[in-house]
Amino acid sequence: MVHSGLASVRYHRGMANLTRADVEHVAFLARLGLTEAEMARLEGQLNHILEQYAILQTLDTEHIPPTAQTIELANILREDVVQPSISVDEALSNAPERSASGHFVVPAILGGEGGA
Amino acid sequence: MTTAPAEAAKGALARYEAVIGIEIHCQLKTASKMFCGCSTDIDGAAPNSHTCPVCLGLPGTLPTINKSAVEWVIAAGFAIEAQTPPATRWDRKNYFYPDIPKGYQISQYQLPLAANGRLTFDTSAGPVTVRIRRAHLEEDTGRLIHQEMAGRRASLIDFNRSGMPLMEIVTEPDIRTAEQARRYAEELRLLMRTIGASDAEMENGQMRVEANVSIRPIGREAFGTRVEVKNMNSMKAVERAIGFEIERQAELIDGGDKVRMETRGWDEPSQSTYHMRPKEEENDYRYFPEPDLPPLMTTPEWLAEIATRIPELPSVRRARYTGEFGLSSYDANVLVNDASATALFEGALAVGAGVSPKLLANWVTGEYLRLAKGDAGGGSVDPVELAALARLVADGAISGTNAKEVLAEHYASAAPVASIVEARGFRQISDSGALGKAINDALAANPAAVADYRAGKAAAVGFLVGQVMKATRGQANAAMVQTALRERLEAAE
Ligand SMILES: [Zn+2]
Repeated sequence: MVHSGLASVRYHRGMANLTRADVEHVAFLARLGLTEAEMARLEGQLNHILEQYAILQTLDTEHIPPTAQTIELANILREDVVQPSISVDEALSNAPERSASGHFVVPAILGGEGGA
Repeated sequence: MTTAPAEAAKGALARYEAVIGIEIHCQLKTASKMFCGCSTDIDGAAPNSHTCPVCLGLPGTLPTINKSAVEWVIAAGFAIEAQTPPATRWDRKNYFYPDIPKGYQISQYQLPLAANGRLTFDTSAGPVTVRIRRAHLEEDTGRLIHQEMAGRRASLIDFNRSGMPLMEIVTEPDIRTAEQARRYAEELRLLMRTIGASDAEMENGQMRVEANVSIRPIGREAFGTRVEVKNMNSMKAVERAIGFEIERQAELIDGGDKVRMETRGWDEPSQSTYHMRPKEEENDYRYFPEPDLPPLMTTPEWLAEIATRIPELPSVRRARYTGEFGLSSYDANVLVNDASATALFEGALAVGAGVSPKLLANWVTGEYLRLAKGDAGGGSVDPVELAALARLVADGAISGTNAKEVLAEHYASAAPVASIVEARGFRQISDSGALGKAINDALAANPAAVADYRAGKAAAVGFLVGQVMKATRGQANAAMVQTALRERLEAAE
């Protein structure tokens, strides 16, 4: 089975049949503010990509194990040893804004996911 | 203790069956974070003082897996009788929120480290077994504070918690009552503490319990619409929040309304749940395999090595206490459910040759826990000293009442039992020679009481015991005195 971000999208029913609503939904999930024209163009481009997956889907992959990794590595683990962290100032050096308490400051976010 | 909402839920449960699944996140007890070397010792640390490019999600950084975190989840998997797959891997859970700087959380979706487990626990209605679907490893998020800043609303982010190792444990929807949900969470917490995977303190977020709650008319197969309940910060809150939610849903359905799929939070002051947000569908997370991490193979040798580190589990321990030592299941539970009580009991058993386990168990479940849970908590009892004290009582060297005072003093001051007994003059006179003289004196000085006893007034012996105790300033072994007096009174008719 081929895994890609798009191929696993829920609303993709049947190949090469991505609707305008689907494009809007994906744009929303990616927090992309797209114009009408961009939306129309992407609908065509995304369907084109999916058509190519449809061609791949016709191949017989019965005897090929699923692959999520193309590098031949496994079990790269590190021992549980503490390394020094960076300083608060360094951590905040790219912050759009910082608070006196040393927090990153961003526009208020309410709702959404939050928490693991 | 039953609570008001739980009481109300019993009304709803006469007509509806609740279907509850529980998700528990536990922070694992590692020294460093999940995918970087930052310290996990973040309690009370200054905001953003425990970060690095990896846990800040800076571009171009790569995660490396903390071996210890993996081993804790595998160990937890053993403890819940789950299966560990020969190969697991990592997935990205994609969403945008300021607490997750990469725009995705590294988690495990298709191949968790533990699958198909179960946990059995006691409830007021008997033992219940809940199937556990999975336990997997993931990284924690940063901590957000929403507040007003210079007249506008802002979110403040502390990334110290970002990348802390988290284990998520998900049950099948097998739980039917609020009490079962609480008991499941309590038993899982005990299990995590016993194996050492997590301190699992709910108050400081080391353990977070979320419940999916739905109800259906009794006898109906299909599930109702489920509501996710969060923000339950204590075991009591778990039971109350779920009890409230069952009743709220029953009222909606009874009133002809529909239950809405949503996430609700538990509000402790009002003892009710409130709407937080509509529940997004799972597929919106667009999980896909994490390309930055290679798969993880779990060899039989590695698994066997981890298995050797798992201590005796609570269920096995309870069975041993009731089976081998003849303790009541109530006492076994009290001992096993409190780590300090377990340690004290086991420690005293190891040194207390000649003192019965039952006697030691009584001291631990009774006096010790009363002290530990009382106002003067914070002291401790040395198992060697407890064994010595139990021995003194069993030998009749000190009275049970005095022994309680000795334990309280030892708990507070850590002074050895022997020196407290000496200093307080608690040692009983159990020497029959010394007692014999005091008894002779009492019999000679109280001919009326002796006559009364012989005339059939058995209670007169109590007066005589009192005289002996008085003469020995309370240090005589009262039980021995009574037996000796009876023998003398009956023999010398
Ligand atoms: Zn870090």
